[in-house]
Order: sequence, then structure tokens, then C-alpha cells
Amino acid sequence: MVKNHFHETSIQLRNVGKGYENRMVLDNICLDIKKGEFLAIVGKSGCGKSTLLRLISGLESCDSGLILMNGKELNGLNKQARIMFQDGRLLPWRKILDNVGLGLQGDWKQKSIEALDKVGLKDRINDWPAKLSGGQKQRVALARALIHQPELLLLDEPLGALDALTRIEMQDLIEKLWLEKKYTSILVTHDVEEAVAVADRVIMIEDGKIALDQIIDLPRPRQRSQKGFTSYVDTILKRIMRPGGTDIHLVEKVRL
Amino acid sequence: MKTFIKEAVKSIIPWILPFLLLLVWQILSFDGIISSRILPSPLAVLKAFLTLSMTGELFDHVSISLERALTGFLIGGSIGFLLGLFNGVFKWLELFTDTSIQMLRNIPHLALIPLVILWFGIGETSKIFLVALGVLFPVYINTYHGIRSVDKRLIEMGKAYGLKGVSLFLAVIFPGALSSILVGVRFSLGVMWLTLIVAETISAHSGIGYMAMNAREFLQMDIIVLSILLYALLGKLSDVIARFFERKWLKWNT
Repeated sequence: MVKNHFHETSIQLRNVGKGYENRMVLDNICLDIKKGEFLAIVGKSGCGKSTLLRLISGLESCDSGLILMNGKELNGLNKQARIMFQDGRLLPWRKILDNVGLGLQGDWKQKSIEALDKVGLKDRINDWPAKLSGGQKQRVALARALIHQPELLLLDEPLGALDALTRIEMQDLIEKLWLEKKYTSILVTHDVEEAVAVADRVIMIEDGKIALDQIIDLPRPRQRSQKGFTSYVDTILKRIMRPGGTDIHLVEKVRL
Repeated sequence: MKTFIKEAVKSIIPWILPFLLLLVWQILSFDGIISSRILPSPLAVLKAFLTLSMTGELFDHVSISLERALTGFLIGGSIGFLLGLFNGVFKWLELFTDTSIQMLRNIPHLALIPLVILWFGIGETSKIFLVALGVLFPVYINTYHGIRSVDKRLIEMGKAYGLKGVSLFLAVIFPGALSSILVGVRFSLGVMWLTLIVAETISAHSGIGYMAMNAREFLQMDIIVLSILLYALLGKLSDVIARFFERKWLKWNT
């Protein structure tokens, strides 16, 4: 049974705002993420959840406010973070082994093999990415992210394009690997069930603001049949589907 | 065994038509329906090939043509590749040079022949210059577009994984542009032979084109046809070589 014992803050967002061409995507976001915490960000498509992740990764910069990583202001690429994209983004001209070893030096081959072993693809090291299924590609992408032993793992809807069964398998794998190392993780997803299946805490973004901040107090490893699982899913889903305004100060409590 | 026969038949089929054409040509020539003043028979061409090979004349002409073609190709191809590379990578350089390059590109390079002869005479330089000029633009355009059309998402991924500068170029940008660059190379090989034929026909003291023009003065039909066939053969050969490298380097794409 894993309880949430966080002492340090890994990432702090202070009044972060971001817009594109007169459209405000994120408005005055304040958020603290603790070291080792698994946070999920949900919301309707286009709500800005991916943008928030890209700001934390440093691939984009905020228009206002600031982001602190381990107390230091983030400027440019977040070097402690590794991101996993929805579309995998493996280099098609590199074999699996070389894809995983991207940007590494020294004994990267051995490390790549170990990383691939962890995601169950040790026997595919000499294949081209085109030969792999969608789920296998994402496993490779996960191995590629984790081989750097990042302090922060960012997951940008990594399972969005996979079928339901593969998705559940991948969620279990992501949780299992996270339990081993306890790096801080942020998962962006539109699938509330997925968020509840892996995260310690789920936030929901609506109209550029955090409209819900929900601790998921369920034992790990998570199971869909767990007591309380569906009630968390229902509550969050209901809140997402509810039309109308939000209040940033309103943080809802869920009673089980 | 069955697949072996299938493969063998498959490799024979493309050659049936050329062989039949040769056969008909030979029969018509033999019957005198085609006059040898219009077109020599295939056997006469073969005889010319053997005679010229024996004297070593053929080898000299082919090797000098090949040398011109390759020298011009290497010079023009390198310049085109480097221009395409830098213009593809550095936006400000593209802004500076692209308009000029587009203007130059639209001049048919063969239109420069009178000028080139006045500049360089009819020596080696003029032919190599023309080939280089003809080859430059296809390589430039395809390299430039190849680099520009590399998947932006892969570049972003590379950056997020700590690649930058040369390492980003070698791991992501160049491999991503390679298939387009090779298309440019294959296209420019065609331009290479075309330019060389024209240049050698107009002004030369050696080479396949000269061999043909010289034969014209003595009405040696067989040698003229032999020259044309040699160009076809060399063109096909360079295409086969280019395809070989394409298959080797773009293995991931098949």
C-alpha cells in the first residue's frame, strides 16, 4: 500500500498565462507538483492541457508568470524532463535499439537493451520502427524516455491512438515502472479512467483555468475493479461534462 | 523451385521486347527493306563495336566522356548540395540567395554554350562547366526541399532529447532529407548525360559525342548508331547505380 508522502516540491507554476493570436489558452495558472507525484491533467480537447505540458517541458515559453523547476526558474528547454508524445516520434531510419539510445554516449547499447527489456521488447532491437504495432512503438518511446532516468516524465496523451486493450496494458506498465523509480510524472489525457488508473492526483482544465483538483486516494497497483475507482471516474467525468462557468477558487471535494 | 522459376521468368520478361525489336530490325536490314544508308543492321553495329574495341579507340572515347561527366557531376552536385543544405538550414541565407538562384535556374543552361565557348574555348573546361551547371540546380532544389520538409515533430523530439546543432543534423535532418536528395541525384544524372552529349557534339576532339560527329563526316552509320547505344547504356548504368544506393540507404522505407 503506497501512501502519498511528499516533502519537496518539484515544479511550481506561478500565474502562468499563454495565448495564441488573441485567444487565451491558459490564464493565471498556479500549480504545485510534489516530487515523485503522479499528476494527471484532463479536460476537453483544446482546453489547453497539452499546452500546459509543453510549457513545463520548455518546448514553449509562457507569455506571463513563471515556472520553477526545483526552485529555479525554467528558461528554455527543461533538461530534467523527458517527454513522450502521442505520435511516438521514433526516427523511422533508426533501428529500435538506436532509437532508444538517441542522444546517449558511452555504453548506451547495453543500457538500451536493458531499457527495452523493461518494456518487453528486447527481442525487437534490430527491427525498423515501421515493423512495430502502435502499442509497441509507444513502448519503445517509453523506453527512450526512461533510459535518461529523468527527474520528470511528461506524457502527452501517449496512449490516445491505441486500442482499448493495449491502452490498459500500457497503463499498467507505466504505473509499474513509475512505482520502481518514483520520478515525478505528468500525464495529459482525455480519458478520465486512464487518469484515475495511474495518477495520485487529477486536475481538470476548463476555460484556461484549473477547474478541479482531485486527490485519488486508492491503493496501488490500481485496478479497475477496486472499491471507489468508478466513483472517482464518475465524479470527474460529471464535472467535465457539466456546462457553464468555473471558479478558479472552487476546488471540489469528492465524498466516497 | 517454383518461386525460382517465377523469378527467372520475371527477370526475362523486360528483355523480350528489346530482343524482338532487334530481331525484326536485323531481318528487315538483311532483306534490304531498310537501306544501310538509313540504318545499319544490328550486326553491323556489333561489328563496329568489336573493331573499335580492338583498336582501343572506343575505350579512349568512353573513358574521356565518363571523366567529363563525373567531374562535372561532382563539382555541380557538391555546390548544389551545399547551397541546398545551407539555404535549407539557415533562413536568412535563403532570403539572401533564393531569389537569385531561382532566376539563374530558369535559364536553360545549354543556352550558355556560345558564351561558354568564348570564355573557355572548346577544351575540357567548357564541357565540365556545362555539366556542372546543369547538375547543380536539380540537386539544389531537391536538397533544399528535402531539408525543409523534414517532419517538424521529429526535429522537436530531437531537441527535447538534447540534440542540437551537428548532432541534430546528423540524427534527424539529414536522414529525413535523404530520400529527396537522392531523387535530385537521379534526376541530375539524366541532365549530366544530356548536357555532355550536346557539348561533345558541338565542340570536342574526343569523347563519344565527337566519335559520332566524326563518323557523320565519313558516313559511318554503324558508328553513329553505336554512339547512341553507348549513351543509352551509360545512362541506364548510372540509374542502376543510383537505385542501388537508394535501396541501401533508404532500407527503412521499404
